[in-house]
Amino acid sequence: MARRICILLLTTALLGGCASWRTPEPEPAPEDPGRIIEPAVQRRDIVQPKIDTENFEVGAFGGIMSLEDFGANPVYGLRGAYHISEDLFIEGMVGRTEAGLSSIEELANVRVTQNRDYTYYNINFGYNFLPGEIFLGRGRAMPSTLYVIGGVGGTRFAGDDFFTINLGLGLRILATDWLGIHFDVRDHRFATDLLGKRKAVNNLEGHLGFTVFF
Amino acid sequence: MRRSTSAARVLLAGMLLLPALHSLPAQAQAPTEAPGRYPRVAIAEPYIELHTGPGRGYPVFHVAERGTSIDIIRRRTDWFKVRTEDRREGWVHRSQMLLTLQPDGGITELHDGTREEFTNHRWEMGVMAGDVDGARVVSTYGAFAFNESLSVELGASHILGRFSNSYMLTGALTHTFVPEWRLSPFFTLGTGVIRIEPKGSLVQPEDRTDQVGFAGVGVRAYLTRRFMLRLEYKSNLVFTSRNKNEEIDQWQGGFAFFF
Repeated sequence: MARRICILLLTTALLGGCASWRTPEPEPAPEDPGRIIEPAVQRRDIVQPKIDTENFEVGAFGGIMSLEDFGANPVYGLRGAYHISEDLFIEGMVGRTEAGLSSIEELANVRVTQNRDYTYYNINFGYNFLPGEIFLGRGRAMPSTLYVIGGVGGTRFAGDDFFTINLGLGLRILATDWLGIHFDVRDHRFATDLLGKRKAVNNLEGHLGFTVFF
Repeated sequence: MRRSTSAARVLLAGMLLLPALHSLPAQAQAPTEAPGRYPRVAIAEPYIELHTGPGRGYPVFHVAERGTSIDIIRRRTDWFKVRTEDRREGWVHRSQMLLTLQPDGGITELHDGTREEFTNHRWEMGVMAGDVDGARVVSTYGAFAFNESLSVELGASHILGRFSNSYMLTGALTHTFVPEWRLSPFFTLGTGVIRIEPKGSLVQPEDRTDQVGFAGVGVRAYLTRRFMLRLEYKSNLVFTSRNKNEEIDQWQGGFAFFF
């Protein structure tokens, strides 16, 4: 094993040499001293203005999550997003809830697991559609948009990890330029054999969240 | 339950604190502030349009004319919140901002990532998902480039299978063959550790941590601005303590950005 690692390391070290393996650029033609052209235009240095760019969004959320077979319980978590364009964003979430008792556990007074914690993370792409404004009375309008998200992640439940697919629909209202209010409905779908037969479960979540743009 | 209540309190406190912290600079944006707080540009086109919100569908409610100047308050994706000389605030699209002039007369330049920067970038971060011998994998990575061709990468993968779950932490050297191409192939070589947790129903349920070495090939495709797609295949060799080493094929693709 040590020898293998040695070979790997050696190859890795040698790889650095490959960086210089490029086709050589053709040499520039020697300059003719008699034909120097003085540019008539003065060169101007371009200064990039320091603009406060706010494409990141972080925040927290809380709501209700319904676990298939295990009842509905409060859920809370953190969310971060990066807005790629007016239409697209990429989003990461972590959340936590607790599993209640399934019918079989209640009736037979058994426990399929002692560990009732349910935690998840996911990485999603989001697409803003149906942008618009929400009006509060005559004098105030807040930009809003509906969005759909889809992505993948992991769920830890009953001491086991599950590959999870997420789909969701949300509404984002900008209360101010930097404060977002989110209403979200999400489905977390994965396959499990926790209650005997292997099946796909859909765990539905609804939450309210606040995010800050920076 | 008690633990979850206290955690909920911390979250709630965080939710309340965050906006409070952020409102400090917001209060300082009152109209009485000193001039020069925001970058100022002059309008060189006949006019630019101010929208009510940061999006193409929001109505134009005002135009700022040539010869006047505007202050840039903030930017969100391709939209700039500006304030005109008569103190109206609205959102202007990037394409119109590029036609404005700096105080010294130079053209406003916005460095939003170009093909050239794609070739020369220093830092890169991304997320990927894919398949590892029939199991699903979710990965994230960060990379630092020494030059156009050679970069060092750190990665973490969560492999979610039917019979076991694994976590993998890796370090790698990556060589990009022709960095100036839009579709740019690379070769990677690295090592790391993998922690395999077999699922409870199996005969041999103890967790184990092994060293892993890998070689791989892939391609980066420049999309736009600072974004790229990345697709890769890695052949992993897990150095087990048993007689036979394990070979694992890993396919994954995803999205990355550079800066």
